[in-house]
Amino acid sequence: MTTLDDIIGRSQHESLFSRIRGLQLFWVFTAAVLACLALTLLTDSFASERNLFNVARNFAFVAIIAIGMTAVIASGGIDLSVGSTVVLSAMVISVAMASGLPFWISALLALGAALLVGLVNGVLIAYAGMPAFVVTLGTLSAARSLAMVLSDNKMIWEFGPDHDLLLWIGGGSTFGLPHPLWVMTILAVVMSLVFKWTRWGQHLFAIGSNENAAVLTGIPVKRLKVSIYMFSALTAGLAGILMAGWLGSVTTNLGQAMELTVIAAAVIGGANLAGGEGTALGAVVGALLIEVIRNSLILLGISTFWQGMFIGTFIIVAVAFDRFRNLRT
Amino acid sequence: MSRLVISGLSKNFGAIQALSDVSLSIEPGEVLGLMGDNGAGKSTLVKIIAGNFRPSAGSIRIDDKPVDFHRPIDAQREGIEMVYQDLALADNMTAASNVFLGREPMRSLGPLKYIDYRRMNSVSTELFKQLKSETRPRDLVRKMSGGQRQAVAIARTLLSEPKIVMMDEPTAAISVRQVAEVLDLIRRLSDRGISVVLISHRMPDVFSVSDKVAVLRRGQLVCSKPAADSSPEEVTGLITGAIEAA
Repeated sequence: MTTLDDIIGRSQHESLFSRIRGLQLFWVFTAAVLACLALTLLTDSFASERNLFNVARNFAFVAIIAIGMTAVIASGGIDLSVGSTVVLSAMVISVAMASGLPFWISALLALGAALLVGLVNGVLIAYAGMPAFVVTLGTLSAARSLAMVLSDNKMIWEFGPDHDLLLWIGGGSTFGLPHPLWVMTILAVVMSLVFKWTRWGQHLFAIGSNENAAVLTGIPVKRLKVSIYMFSALTAGLAGILMAGWLGSVTTNLGQAMELTVIAAAVIGGANLAGGEGTALGAVVGALLIEVIRNSLILLGISTFWQGMFIGTFIIVAVAFDRFRNLRT
Repeated sequence: MSRLVISGLSKNFGAIQALSDVSLSIEPGEVLGLMGDNGAGKSTLVKIIAGNFRPSAGSIRIDDKPVDFHRPIDAQREGIEMVYQDLALADNMTAASNVFLGREPMRSLGPLKYIDYRRMNSVSTELFKQLKSETRPRDLVRKMSGGQRQAVAIARTLLSEPKIVMMDEPTAAISVRQVAEVLDLIRRLSDRGISVVLISHRMPDVFSVSDKVAVLRRGQLVCSKPAADSSPEEVTGLITGAIEAA
């Protein structure tokens, strides 16, 4: 005879639950690890220090923005403007530094420009009630255009007095790990905690889960949405600065079509486009898988034209997986 | 002393008279079944009490104190809570998170503040026990039955020690077994001295829990009397207009 207290007090089937929930992330991670193992055996070059360093750095850029994208997607939105925010941020910092400003001031200007894009997105979506897809499609076009105007569509490769500092920050490494990877790791850890343990994080999931409920319980939904799009833009701005330093030159086609890779990474990592689900770790693992696929095709000598096919398949498999999971429960 | 007294309440939206001269009172712990056809003014009346609308004329008194609500938060401060028809729950979150949504307890770690999940779970457990509902605080709402979801929505109102809980169609679209569960929840509220305003189309549900029934027709109150003195037949007549007033 079980009493009411027993039933209420019984925690849910923790092991089963966490297994089901972690499943997509788990399989994506397994796929990435298996791909790495296979490549190590099949090629001499994959496990080389140099290649691993490259993989780690390349995927970090996508992963940083994918963490911001996960916040947006989990709140039930979408941000198509991140690729253009990357180039705007990179262009602002290069133009500012080329004009003689020190790195830190230029970096703040670049992040400010990125935040402004996020602010415009957020205000139009939250206060004017426009669909996120359309608004961010608009800023996707506008931000890149602004970057072109700013640079007169020229390549910039001289960054004034702090030239070496920028190159070190974007392209250098500390304790053997490239700087973008450090930024990504710190961001992933901090945001994992923020998503779970702060009101901002929990309310973000509440909005994505049931926006009407969030409004009725008195959550400042509009203000929160603005902050979410600004956060997404901030991650793109951060990536823009790092990419400028890594490449050592900035052109206006930087970050083109990057939004698609970023969204793919977030979705493969378990962010639900219907809102209410997503993790920072998932975004990182999703980005990792995409980069490993890209790298492996190159190393195995398969035409890079196949890359889109693989990534596309993974996106569809990831969503199908989510579908089956929901059918079963 | 009545818990809630409304007198001469009217509301018009432009030329449309949604409510005219409605007077009604509720005692502590009393369950009022509020009925009427679609568009009869039930929602308008409840929304005025919940602070969503201001009345065009008339007054509201709570525990003999005149009140004037401009926003829902004003009504909440006076102890009036509303359970919405769609329950307003976040499906991807746990029961405990939903109970505390928007008012999560925080703990401090130096300058950092974080959500106190332990407290959320223990308080939710306590509330579900009071409601005698088999609802587990850590379960996702998405996986819950209609009755459990209703318990989560009601537990949320209990957080603030309310005086009046208003429920909009709580028994619509759930199974028979769950209806019994929800009606039990309403009795628990009443046992605790909380007044309940129950809007429902389902006559048997209303008569099984209500102390008092009130019927609105075209914005006018045509009946307000103890449930024991009325019958489903009479109320049906009043709703349709077959019986003029009672």
